[in-house]
Amino acid sequence: METATVTLAARELVKRYGDRTALRHVSLSAGPGELVAVIGPNGAGKTTLLSILAGIQQPDEGELTVLPKGVGWVPQQAALYGKLTVEENLFLFARLERCPNPRATVDRMLELSDLRERARDQVSTLSGGNRQRVNIAIGLLAEPEVLLLDEPSAALDPRQRARLWEFILRLAGVGTTVIYATHNVQEADRYADQLIVLADGERLFDGSPRELEQEVGTTGLDFEEAFVEFLHGRGH
Amino acid sequence: MRWLLLKDLQILRRSPLLVALLVLYPIVIAVLIGFALSRGPEKPEVAFYNGLAGQSAVVELGGDRIDLAKEGRRLFDAIDPVRVKSKEEAIQKVRDGDVLGALIIPKDLATNIQSTLEPGTVEVYYNAEDPAKRQYVENTIKAQVQTANGALTKRVAKEALQLLDLISTGGQYTFLGQSFDVLGLQRAESILTRARAELPAGSAERAELDRVIAFGKLARENLSFSDDVLAVVGEPIRVKATALDGGSTSLTSFAVALAVAVSLMFITLLLAAGTLALEREENAFARLVRGLVSKTGLLVEKAGLAAGCSVAVCLVMMVGLGLFVDLDWGRFPLWLAALAVGALAFAALGLAIGGLTRDVRAASLLAFMLCLPLAFLALVPSGAVAPALYDLIRAVSAVFPFKPSLDALDAALNDAGGLGGPLLHLAALTLAFGALGRLALRRFA
Repeated sequence: METATVTLAARELVKRYGDRTALRHVSLSAGPGELVAVIGPNGAGKTTLLSILAGIQQPDEGELTVLPKGVGWVPQQAALYGKLTVEENLFLFARLERCPNPRATVDRMLELSDLRERARDQVSTLSGGNRQRVNIAIGLLAEPEVLLLDEPSAALDPRQRARLWEFILRLAGVGTTVIYATHNVQEADRYADQLIVLADGERLFDGSPRELEQEVGTTGLDFEEAFVEFLHGRGH
Repeated sequence: MRWLLLKDLQILRRSPLLVALLVLYPIVIAVLIGFALSRGPEKPEVAFYNGLAGQSAVVELGGDRIDLAKEGRRLFDAIDPVRVKSKEEAIQKVRDGDVLGALIIPKDLATNIQSTLEPGTVEVYYNAEDPAKRQYVENTIKAQVQTANGALTKRVAKEALQLLDLISTGGQYTFLGQSFDVLGLQRAESILTRARAELPAGSAERAELDRVIAFGKLARENLSFSDDVLAVVGEPIRVKATALDGGSTSLTSFAVALAVAVSLMFITLLLAAGTLALEREENAFARLVRGLVSKTGLLVEKAGLAAGCSVAVCLVMMVGLGLFVDLDWGRFPLWLAALAVGALAFAALGLAIGGLTRDVRAASLLAFMLCLPLAFLALVPSGAVAPALYDLIRAVSAVFPFKPSLDALDAALNDAGGLGGPLLHLAALTLAFGALGRLALRRFA
């Protein structure tokens, strides 16, 4: 799949923390505008995989074979300064990202995140959902080809989640590759084009949600039940 | 890095309580220390009742008149007297806490001294609220009474010397307005020598007279030593003090250096540790070091922020202290060097603390818990503890920046010892703690 349409590809990634192996020879690739969900039980290695793709950690083995022009990183916890306003946070990171026109970039992000009216509010006063949108907007400041999201909707209520996914889908709609780790299997089913299932650091599945259902081979189960059945079938 | 610095300043500006503490703390310290120093702890307010007022306070010793009121004024060298009208009023002022103590000169003081049957007694009242105050009052008043006693002893010894001189050489002596001619041993010896010459040689009377002349001569020779003996009695022990180590810094000047060093330590440590820990608490660290800022650059920014703010605040503090005590403004470049290098060392330690902790509160608590005992340790004087423990204290103090910062500030402010040694020491600590802070950042990722 490492063709001109691939924006990010990794091969045989291995990461160890002391005696524990967090990732075992995991490979993946994603194309422009593709939504890739990384799912799995706790401790599966989802965050480790994303942090290696983001360049925060280096793999012990394996490599990134296709590097995108830019990778936006959105950690699980909003990485924002609560004492600064929405606009100030965006400006700070726009300047640190050396955006050629920080004012225009910030304006674009305020529009994209639909937070224009809250631009002068301190981040500490925002709801969890709005904070996460600022968090994602900062990840997009450098107009990356790939956006990595770690549990983007965790701790959000259903309405906030829906608004957040509208935002993410808009990004994918304009060609941004979105790779997200989630515990929410329904979100993976609903939004992902590609599904990567990890358990104990091992990649158990790489395909679409429908392909996963077909692999389980059960009928009448919803996706979450099919996923649990899949894990049981693989000894997890 | 410029934008990060601006960001941190913006955050500080939006933390009014923290900024108020950072600004007010050194100002309050400066004012308190300046006030304390300008008043001088050696001049406590003491209620003073003089029972001799309105009556003669002159005693006559050996024909000399000694004014007790005049001699008693020596007590006021060390106290600020609050004059009261009665003993009861003086005691009440002590009870009310208006004065540190009360000094009562009883009405019979002059009579007792004149009688020579018993010593004159002054009464002292004070509150012994705590052992330190009790010792302070006792030591202050005892020292001053000792001084007054010494002065009186000298006066009495002087009178005694004059009398002995009169016995030795003879002369005029006035007592109760009457003048007497005292023969004296020297003149008696001359008379006896002349009388002896008129007696027949070998006579029993001449032999007896020889014994009297010999005794008179011996007595006169021995009396000639009496001035030295009485001088020793008046001041039996003299003190000749020589400082072997350290400069000649006054307590006031050292207190200024100490106040500035303590403020420099608190402000720099808390700011450096807090602002670094904040990056982790806000989850921004991982985002920043993903190519936006290097980890070393982040540490340099935090150290610069903490050191810059603390140096500015300490300079304000020194200006405040300068209102109360004399500071040599000609040495300003040296102050600045000592402050800057000390602040960098504290900032490096703060970064190590901030790197080891997970949030701002833990960083602040650890900084407080670490720096307070270190400051106390650095002030433990030699001889106050066992030699092995003192060596350990010196070693621990040398590993942290407080002691060398205090030495550098003392040298810069008071010309006490060389400045180069402490500055080099601080530079070494800056590098060591900076490296530790850089290592500690691995825990952040």
